[in-house]
Amino acid sequence: MSSSNESITPSEYIEHHLTNLRISVGEGGFWQIDLDSLIMSVIVGVVGLGVFWLVARRVTEGVPGRFQGFVELVLEFVDNTVKDVFPGDRKFLGPLALTIFVLVFMMNLMDLIPIDFVAVVMESFGVHHWKAVPSTNLSVTFAMSFTVFFLIIFFSFKAKGVGGFVHELFTAPFGAHPALWIPNLAINIIELVSKPVSLGMRLFGNMYAGELIFMLLGLLGMLGGVFTAGSIILSWGWAVFHILIILLQAFIFMVLSCVYIAMAHEHH
Amino acid sequence: MMPNATLFAMAVWFILLIAFAYKFIWPPLMTAIDTRNKKIADGLAEAEKGKAALAEGQKQKDALMKEARQTATEMKALNDKQAQAQIDAAKVQAQAEADRIIAAAHAQIDQEKQKAKEQLRDQVAALAIAGAEKILKREINAAAHADMLSQLKAQL
Repeated sequence: MSSSNESITPSEYIEHHLTNLRISVGEGGFWQIDLDSLIMSVIVGVVGLGVFWLVARRVTEGVPGRFQGFVELVLEFVDNTVKDVFPGDRKFLGPLALTIFVLVFMMNLMDLIPIDFVAVVMESFGVHHWKAVPSTNLSVTFAMSFTVFFLIIFFSFKAKGVGGFVHELFTAPFGAHPALWIPNLAINIIELVSKPVSLGMRLFGNMYAGELIFMLLGLLGMLGGVFTAGSIILSWGWAVFHILIILLQAFIFMVLSCVYIAMAHEHH
Repeated sequence: MMPNATLFAMAVWFILLIAFAYKFIWPPLMTAIDTRNKKIADGLAEAEKGKAALAEGQKQKDALMKEARQTATEMKALNDKQAQAQIDAAKVQAQAEADRIIAAAHAQIDQEKQKAKEQLRDQVAALAIAGAEKILKREINAAAHADMLSQLKAQL
């Protein structure tokens, strides 16, 4: 609820919070950029990885301070998770997993800032629409999941060669008989594409639903009186529960990305 | 709700972040962690080695102590024995010396006694002669009766 509009209808309230700050960069509905999601992604990315960079710049092999200890804790957690999934060299997969974990976690974390607080602050700058949680934007989650998708393709090529990869597309999982080529290809394409789609959709769905709950609780608060008190308590409760979801979704995105890339290394 | 061109911008940003983490974050932190882990492992191994060396040293010390104690006991026993032998030898020597001195003293006393007897004999003889001289005055010629006098002397 923005403070400037006193008589706002529930549908206007929801509509307001679900609208991105958009600019057009070309013809048609596709060529638009959600500035709020992009800017928030940049900010949380810089802050999230900045913490790690600050430590990495003056890292010591001796006794680590508390800050470095915390960063190393996260790093070892990510490293062990990747190690469990992928037995090979983690020189690339490690930083990839770390980036995904930190970025998704930071994006999701924005969900804990009360939505109306964000709306009021941005309104005071003259910005009418501002969605603070980038992971409630399908473009953002798909951008990440499809980057992972291209990495899957890249590592498949690297592990099996382009010929080997294409060969597997036609011969796995049913067999090499020419009559089975088409079913094999169909299954493989569905399998390949379903990975990034499910990856992006899962994160988007969870965060979008969480955001919607906050909005509905905000609507409840508009009724006034005991409902406002109830809304505040329930919002708080949902936020506490949401901490779990935030971490869990970041973890799931990271682990699944690693699993998919690890699978790309495997031969059928 | 449908994805839009944000996709591309976000993908670029995502790739940039991955590249940054790949280049500037992961390697230094991982190197530091691995180096420290290795240091800790080395330290623990060293400590284990030190402990073993200490136990070995303790064992050697115990063995040396035992040997030293034994040697000391032996030396003491030997010393005691030697001292006892010396004391015994000295005792024997002293006894011999004492016997010798006593024997010498006895011999001297005998000699003195003999000498005194001789003197006494001479004096008695002289006294007897003097007495006889007084009684026999004039009639007795010392030179003429010397034979008789020496016979008398021998009978004493």
